[in-house]
Amino acid sequence: MRYVDEYRDAEKAQALAAQIAALCEPGRQYKFMEVCGGHTHTIYKHGIEDYLPESITLIHGPGCPVCVIPMGRVDDAIAIAEQPDVIMTSFGDMMRVPGSTKSFFDSKAINADMRMVYSPLDSLKIARTNPDKHVVFMAIGFETTAPSTAMTMIRASAEGIDNFSVFCNHVTIIPAMKAILESPDLRLDGFIGPGHVSTVIGCQPYEFVAAEYNKPVVVAGFEPLDILQSIYMLMVQIADGRCEVENQYSRVVPWDGNIKALQVIAETMELRPYFEWRGLGFISHSALRVREEYARYDAERIFAVPGVRVADPKACQCGEVLKGVLKPWECKVFGTACTPETPIGTCMVSPEGACAAYYNFGRFTRERVKEATRT
Amino acid sequence: MTTAEQHRREQQVLERIDQARRRRPKIKEERITLAHGSGGKATHTLIEALFLPAFSNPLLAPLEDQAIFTINGTRLALTTDSYVVSPLFFPGGDIGELAVNGTVNDLAVGGARPLYLTAGFVLEEGFPITDLQTIVSSMASAAAAAGVQIVTGDTKVVERGKADGCYINTAGIGVLDRPVSLSAARARPGDAVLVSGPIGDHGVTIMLARGELDIEADVISDTAPLADLIGGLLDACDGVRCLRDATRGGVATILNEVAAASDVAVVVNEATIPVRTEVRGACEILGIDPLYVACEGRLVAVVDGAQADAALAALRSHPLGADAAIIGSIKQDPPSLVLLKTEFGGTRIVDMLIGDPLPRIC
Repeated sequence: MRYVDEYRDAEKAQALAAQIAALCEPGRQYKFMEVCGGHTHTIYKHGIEDYLPESITLIHGPGCPVCVIPMGRVDDAIAIAEQPDVIMTSFGDMMRVPGSTKSFFDSKAINADMRMVYSPLDSLKIARTNPDKHVVFMAIGFETTAPSTAMTMIRASAEGIDNFSVFCNHVTIIPAMKAILESPDLRLDGFIGPGHVSTVIGCQPYEFVAAEYNKPVVVAGFEPLDILQSIYMLMVQIADGRCEVENQYSRVVPWDGNIKALQVIAETMELRPYFEWRGLGFISHSALRVREEYARYDAERIFAVPGVRVADPKACQCGEVLKGVLKPWECKVFGTACTPETPIGTCMVSPEGACAAYYNFGRFTRERVKEATRT
Repeated sequence: MTTAEQHRREQQVLERIDQARRRRPKIKEERITLAHGSGGKATHTLIEALFLPAFSNPLLAPLEDQAIFTINGTRLALTTDSYVVSPLFFPGGDIGELAVNGTVNDLAVGGARPLYLTAGFVLEEGFPITDLQTIVSSMASAAAAAGVQIVTGDTKVVERGKADGCYINTAGIGVLDRPVSLSAARARPGDAVLVSGPIGDHGVTIMLARGELDIEADVISDTAPLADLIGGLLDACDGVRCLRDATRGGVATILNEVAAASDVAVVVNEATIPVRTEVRGACEILGIDPLYVACEGRLVAVVDGAQADAALAALRSHPLGADAAIIGSIKQDPPSLVLLKTEFGGTRIVDMLIGDPLPRIC
């Protein structure tokens, strides 16, 4: 299949793997963080780690938008959904995220009208066809999905639709990366930069990572060869003694980002003074809220929400996993109390979450699997 | 921590998880969610924690697609299935055809020759009679094609809003002419795993037929009666261990059931799994793995490795198995696990389906 198979070529992967291995200095360990959950998913789904030498470790970062939603926000969304004549809509990933007492799915099973959509425009469509209901879109995601939420509000306004609103939980990637870089327990050699976010914000915003923290960044695509090539580019930078922001995903990511997308975000949303991230705590200027001008589409202003901060379950170590300090299997409850079926932490819910990816795809020891898959 | 120490600790954790997974499943939810109907993990938990202990008996215990018992020296197979697919009419079939083929297939994969079916209808007030006529007429054609008769039935009508148009339940009975004993628990290291054709057609067809996704593709449901195809396979090979039709939860779920019931590893080679380009494309766009997408006329077969080629030839000699393929093999270790050698050249686990990418597929 075109646009897919050429990025999954096993022969090219072997050649790249050999080049990566040749760049490894004997005795040195390399740790690279893939910031984006989409990358984590690709890495496990295609078994990319099988191509990497033991001295290269991939650390899974905080870029899974579902995983960073704190419990209190899930509770707030459910509280809105359970008010009369409300239809709550969100992406499929949100449906099983646990709040303090229940998930969207549980609430749906009791009485709430929860619907899964693939785009906020679908929520608007539901609003048009259900004029006697109020349709709320639970907006999640980084700058990647924020433009579509913004466009939906703009369209709602143009059409004069008034039974639609957004429960805005959009977050921004740069403050999260800063928080990781400031974290004392983590030593990284470089970043595999988030591809989808960068289609919107471009590559320029990462320059501080290279300039101030001396870590190379390679913005990467989502096919397995993209990721291998990005690791190769990071290794070359290290071998050359360089530290720069490079763009592996140039077929999609313009260096300056998507100006139009940034404009619609700026028109409809503004930075919150601070926002709580699951596991990372409060980070200032790290999330977006709906602007005053679009107040009629702001679910937070329309509905009274409990707004109670709920501490993460004690046993849950999502924070350490999100920061890359712990590997998923090092968490105390991983795979026993916390499984994708009955998740305690958010990292176990989304297919992009580090724990779910490891549990679903990578829960085995390499040696036994090598033996089993030998032909 | 050294790398060796890390490996050792990781191994310990994995063993602990293994033990946790072997524990008897418990229902943690207070209410039924759609996930309980997905055919994946939640469905299994519901069956093993609720139905199985309550109805406990040796015929039910193997949890095959049908129960097989002997009466007056004749081996009979009995099964039942309910159909709630939405939409009722879709490219390549409708709920009526599905309700016959699905039950016929549940008998056939036990090695039985399907004979008689029952039909129970739950109809919603206001449902168009013409639609019901269409459904019933396709049930009649499907029954004729499968060589079965619908010999008894029931009709119930519920108030508007209490059902979605039309639900159908069918039960079926068949006779075992061959001395076969097919079971998910019979897979042995060295066996081969085959599928009878491209996977995921039905699931993707339903998904697109709902019209919620604004994706169009030239794909139709694969719903078909498999008894004839299976008869040919059983005649050609005496080393068939297990047959399943890959419905809800797809091929991945079947393979997990085999791995768990036989305590073996199932190793699958992704590059050899037949998937139509249209289906693969839709799955790529939607982020769904075709291995989990339902089929309604595709067989998964585990056969003695020495007879793999004979089994493949037997399947391919039938029109419904023209694109059959050997997709993997059974290994000793690691037990209870399905492993995928990815097309890219890596390896990963293929676990039971969690949640439900698409409810009401059949």
